[in-house]
Amino acid sequence: MSNAKPRIKVPKTASKDEVITIKTLISHEMESGQRKDKDGNTIPRKIINRFTCTFNGQEVFSCDLDPAIAANPYFEFSAKVPESGTFTFEWVDDDGSVYSDKAEIEVS
Amino acid sequence: MGKNKLGLAAAAGLTASLALGSAYSEPVEDKLVIDGREMTTWTEAPADHPFDELISGWHYRTDETRALEADSFENPGMLYVERGEEIWNAVDGAAGKSCASCHQDASETMAGVGASYPKWNEAAGKPYNLELQINECRVEQMQAEPYKFDAPEQVALATFIKHQSLGEPVEIDLAEGDMQKWWERGKDRYYLRTGQLNMACATCHEDYNGRYIRADHLSQGNVNGFPTYRLNTGGMVSLHNRFRGCIRDTRAEFPAAFSDDLMALEVYVTWRGQGLSVETPAVRQ
Repeated sequence: MSNAKPRIKVPKTASKDEVITIKTLISHEMESGQRKDKDGNTIPRKIINRFTCTFNGQEVFSCDLDPAIAANPYFEFSAKVPESGTFTFEWVDDDGSVYSDKAEIEVS
Repeated sequence: MGKNKLGLAAAAGLTASLALGSAYSEPVEDKLVIDGREMTTWTEAPADHPFDELISGWHYRTDETRALEADSFENPGMLYVERGEEIWNAVDGAAGKSCASCHQDASETMAGVGASYPKWNEAAGKPYNLELQINECRVEQMQAEPYKFDAPEQVALATFIKHQSLGEPVEIDLAEGDMQKWWERGKDRYYLRTGQLNMACATCHEDYNGRYIRADHLSQGNVNGFPTYRLNTGGMVSLHNRFRGCIRDTRAEFPAAFSDDLMALEVYVTWRGQGLSVETPAVRQ
């Protein structure tokens, strides 16, 4: 799939200091740079190489991605939410594009 | 010494081949629930069916793969459903229409539609599957170019349309037109041994289903989950792509997609899985 499109799943509400589960999925071909096309030319590498998640500006989770990771990378992780706020997600592509998405959560 | 080693190796070889010959395991008993809706994945077969029970390929997969399909968020096939929805609403062709111009909201107009394909098409004098129907709409109604076989748009749109029937039982109408004739032709193809390996569809999916072909647990070859997300390729696989792949693996000449041979086969194998829920997009290895 050529156009990267993120999907995120974050609960809309939580109680203070609750540990919530966050799921993210993004459509991306994750071309490894190891394959050749029909004419024998190397297909250039094009992967998402970095993923970060921040909550109200503070980093919650981040990681580097390498070429062995399969297409459509999926992440699931936990976060403790002390207050209402916004989760921001960013995926950085080899070509410099940044795909991002946001999710609000209300803490009662 | 050398002799002993050889004897040992031979004995080990014998054990290995015995183990290989008997590598059978039951499909996993489990329930597939997607977004709170239970799917029919294991059901009694009709009286005239070669099997006693119909089992979805889902039961033959690992715990992790089954879990992936059960969660509509984690299921990577859902990305293609979303892409298909964009295509559904996108205007294309000289008539300035999209799918939605005529068919409006797919969740209403396409509900259950994918479960009843392939369908007899009187004008064409042959059964049509979703892909052929989409192409006819594109040419006749939208005045757009028909999709080439396995164009990413074709696969995404077919996935989106079929997904509107998620959970509905597969049911095709063999009474229409010459469908019965096509069913018989498909049945002949199903049992026809071809290729250097001299294998028929039935060799793996009927005679040896439940056994292992290398690391692959052979299913009954039901098609209720197509187009299917394959972890192997990290993308969607259409039914005719799968047919061709299977036939290629028997080292036979494989028929063209949507050719009469493969359309007949689609009619027949769809009939074999009648009563199972549409699982599109299913997840397989």
